[in-house]
Amino acid sequence: MLTLQCPYCGVDADETELANGGEAHLKRFGPGSDDDQFHDYLFMRENPKGVHLERWRHAAGCGKWFHAARCTMTLEVFGTYSAQVYAPPQEIKDAITTKRPGWSWREFQ
Amino acid sequence: MSTRLEKQGRLIDRSKQVSFTFNGTTMRGYEGDTLASALLANDQMMMGRSFKYHRPRGVVASGAEEPNALVGLGEGSRYEPNQRATTTELFEGLTSSSQNHWPSLEFDVGAINSSLSRFLPAGFYYKMFIHPQPFWKHVYEPIIRKSAGLGKAPDKELKDADTYEHFYAFADVLVVGGGIAGLQAAKAAAKSGAKVLLLEQNAYWGGRAPVDGGTVGEQSTDAYIDQLVAELEAMDNVTLRTRCMGAGVYDHGYALGYERVSDHVPGAQGPRHRLWRIRAKQIVTATGAIERPLSFAGNDVPGVMLASAMRDYLVNWGISSGQRVIVATNNDDAYRTAITLKKAGVDVLRVVDARPNAGGALADEARALGIRVDPGKAIAKVKGGKRVKKVAICNQEGVGGAREEVSCDAVAMSGGWSPVVHLWSHCGGKLIWDETQAHFRPDAARPPLGSDGNGFVIAAGSANGPLELGSVLQDAQTAGEAAANAAGFTPVTENAPECETTAENAMKAVWLMPENAEIDLRMKSWLDYQNDVKVSDVQLAAREGYESVEHTKRYTTLGMATDQGKLSNINGLATLANALGEEVPQVGTTTFRPPYHPISMGAIGGEARGEVFQPVRQTPIHGWSDDNGADWEPVGQWRRPFAYVRSGETVHDAVNREVKNTREHLGLLDASTLGKLIVKGPDAGKFLDMMYTNMMSTLKVGKCRYGLMCSENGFLMDDGVVARIDEDTFLCHTTTGGAERIHGHMEEWLQTEWWDWKVYVANVTEQFAQVAVVGPNARKVLEKLGGMDLSKEALPFMEWRDGKIGAFDARAYRISFSGELSYEIAVPASQGLAFWNALLEAGQEFGVMPYGTETLHILRAEKGFIMIGDETDGTVIPQDLGLNWAISKKKEDFLGKRAMERTHMTDRNRWKLVGLETVDGSVLPDGAYAVGEGVNANGQRNMIGRVTSTYFSANLNRGIAMGLVLHGPDRMNEFIEFPGTDGKIYKAKIVDPVIYDQEGKKQNV
Repeated sequence: MLTLQCPYCGVDADETELANGGEAHLKRFGPGSDDDQFHDYLFMRENPKGVHLERWRHAAGCGKWFHAARCTMTLEVFGTYSAQVYAPPQEIKDAITTKRPGWSWREFQ
Repeated sequence: MSTRLEKQGRLIDRSKQVSFTFNGTTMRGYEGDTLASALLANDQMMMGRSFKYHRPRGVVASGAEEPNALVGLGEGSRYEPNQRATTTELFEGLTSSSQNHWPSLEFDVGAINSSLSRFLPAGFYYKMFIHPQPFWKHVYEPIIRKSAGLGKAPDKELKDADTYEHFYAFADVLVVGGGIAGLQAAKAAAKSGAKVLLLEQNAYWGGRAPVDGGTVGEQSTDAYIDQLVAELEAMDNVTLRTRCMGAGVYDHGYALGYERVSDHVPGAQGPRHRLWRIRAKQIVTATGAIERPLSFAGNDVPGVMLASAMRDYLVNWGISSGQRVIVATNNDDAYRTAITLKKAGVDVLRVVDARPNAGGALADEARALGIRVDPGKAIAKVKGGKRVKKVAICNQEGVGGAREEVSCDAVAMSGGWSPVVHLWSHCGGKLIWDETQAHFRPDAARPPLGSDGNGFVIAAGSANGPLELGSVLQDAQTAGEAAANAAGFTPVTENAPECETTAENAMKAVWLMPENAEIDLRMKSWLDYQNDVKVSDVQLAAREGYESVEHTKRYTTLGMATDQGKLSNINGLATLANALGEEVPQVGTTTFRPPYHPISMGAIGGEARGEVFQPVRQTPIHGWSDDNGADWEPVGQWRRPFAYVRSGETVHDAVNREVKNTREHLGLLDASTLGKLIVKGPDAGKFLDMMYTNMMSTLKVGKCRYGLMCSENGFLMDDGVVARIDEDTFLCHTTTGGAERIHGHMEEWLQTEWWDWKVYVANVTEQFAQVAVVGPNARKVLEKLGGMDLSKEALPFMEWRDGKIGAFDARAYRISFSGELSYEIAVPASQGLAFWNALLEAGQEFGVMPYGTETLHILRAEKGFIMIGDETDGTVIPQDLGLNWAISKKKEDFLGKRAMERTHMTDRNRWKLVGLETVDGSVLPDGAYAVGEGVNANGQRNMIGRVTSTYFSANLNRGIAMGLVLHGPDRMNEFIEFPGTDGKIYKAKIVDPVIYDQEGKKQNV
């Protein structure tokens, strides 16, 4: 039963109000992409033990999607941030670095 | 025998007698008794039989850890099996019955299993019942099911007579456990101003401290506990609850409390149980410790009890558990039982102490009272069937020879104490092995972590390891202050009061009595009473290669069932470790999972029962339908009329009538449940081009288009008619069950992928009532109501207009899901029922009848129209359904476009939609598979298709069906076979799915 702060409405939301949307910062591949690119986009997901960037929706609240950076092992939350970005903002990356020096996730570190 | 003494009993009120029944016999106890103490007062030591061997079993413990004394409680709609006699408060009229026996507790046929126990070792069922395979289903399973299982399930026809509720609570510091440590920790935390919630599972405060004696400052422990409770009650920032167990600790400071509000006053006003759903910044677990049994032969004979339990029964309830008692121990604490019993006048024959040098000051005190102490000795065997008769004593070292027999009627045993680490462990708190106490205790350096990465649980008192009163209080004080500090408050730092207690000698780990007991003894040395697991079973599991403690648990059933091994786990682990030649910490523990103690399903469900389990969504016309014969069917969270059944009709009759009438005259369908999404903004057209496979941006204002929606992997997920309202606004119809899902789908793409596009989506499903007016007379009835021009010229097929129909503000869509002349009229929800009634009245002369969803289905199937959820199942793509015409070739991109290029999607062997016509006119079984030539790798017939929709058509007077068939469209007029589950083989011809009005003339008049 996690709690995450919705960056839109500011509520510390209980997990029962939230819906997980899987991995964050996927790059969409559409028509024109080759089979490998499209396959990876559709199916290949990170499954880290440790730092993870995820999509969540405040489904039973304001309805907005947002991103969360958390540790899948300890469930520590490093921060939540806007869904309308292509990469975690610097303050989120700094927060992760403080707790997990040397972390990396996909192309981010 | 066990009996009530004239003195003692701090929890009972001897002025208030209570009568109750056990297996039909009326007995008496006092207010303040538990069922267990009251049974003991009536010399009812034997309280049940064991699960596997049906051995007679008596009460062993005095609290939640009790494995044996499980009873069926109450009767009828208040009957509940597997209730612990030790945690059941006695009340007037309580009815209880013992379990796991037939025909009676005293004489049980199943006890033959006990004589056969040599042949029923661990894993017996797995080994024995595997061959021959058909025997499992027809012989073994029915027999095992009859004889296995704990207790009797309540009558399935009876509904629970009680109510339950959920309660949401927030605290800075949650303290679980209202023993002396919990009270001290709560006070320490509360003094900082933190909001404190303190939960105690029993009906009384103070836990076991008053039984153990000692003094706090100048006061008795009893007086000190009263003082702490009074101080806490006087603080505004403290909430105290008894009869409320801390059931579980979960991520980020979530905890569950289980309050037994009225178990002790059945039928009282209000809920029976209350589930507390708590968010706490910090949690202090002051859950105490549980004494371990000793493993010696016959340690399950009624009359063998935990030393602490025997002491509890005496001090708390004035019960002497036996007349002549032998105490067996490996530590000093059990001497307290010997001393307490002796002082109460019970004959304590001797203390059998496994330690060569026996005990310290407490042993001296016992000797001074005239109790014989035997150092270095062990119990070789307890003799007796339904009650302890004799004990054979031998040396702890050795195999158990040279025995001396002593007659007695009760044995008090103590194998040391284990902290209750369950709540600490539920959410990931780690344990360390304490060699001196031979127990696992919380490792404060590795607590459960909260969302900030810091620990949020602190163990306090004996739950943290300390067992001596003074150190328990100091530990609790420190824990309370630390919790307040971690919750953001400034604690008032104090020392706990000084305590006077007797110093104790070190305990000695004893995992088997005698140390090298022979097999005949080990086979009678119980580890887990509730599951009948013995020392020999765990040793056998180790020999058979079960090295992991989790595997051994499942193979032997050690630590399973309602007590989850509260007594047995550590002894079992140590036995396994010894058998494997490893140290206990290397073997580790099994996982502690919530709840700590079973909680009722009623409490978990709370208020969500019956009508409020899931609210039913109702259209404005729902009430009318209910009054007019609607046979309801659930569709999503709605109820829709399957058919409107008239008196004297079957549902099938009604459907046939509605189907014919709609084709021949006039039908009305309540279509209000269809999803209606407004998509608005300068980029709305561009957005819908991505959402739908068709081109929507080119749709002209005033027109409608049927659209398909695919997921990004190309599978068909929804369909519906889209109407362009104005340049920037579209109204998208979805399926009834799809409105919320499709709304969410659109929001997801708008918020997370195309967030710079200027589009809003609003779900207006419930803002409109919508009625489908269908049949040759559809236009006539609407024209009779008057208003807007609904002629073929003014409102052509697949267009819509706003206007007035009669007095109603209406939007008329000229769309058809039936193949008939059809209008769907949307009016504001508030006018829905009036509009429906107006249509019914005006339609009388045109043969109007309402119709339900089954008629809707049959009419669309006659036309070969697909239904999401029938023709689709998440693996079907539009191309499978012959809907290529609805997939734009002009658009560069839409959701699913790239996926449709994948090899599996373009495979010509994909099953395709066809119509199916049975040779004899019968109705194909729904979901039936068509079989082809040859067999697959499992020897099953190869399958070449399946039925997706099948109905009886009253219009055609025969069965009609659609299905997905391998190379179907290329095999027109061929016959294929569908074996039914009824044994018949259905033969059907492959035909065009459009059976009725193939030219589409009737809808376009």
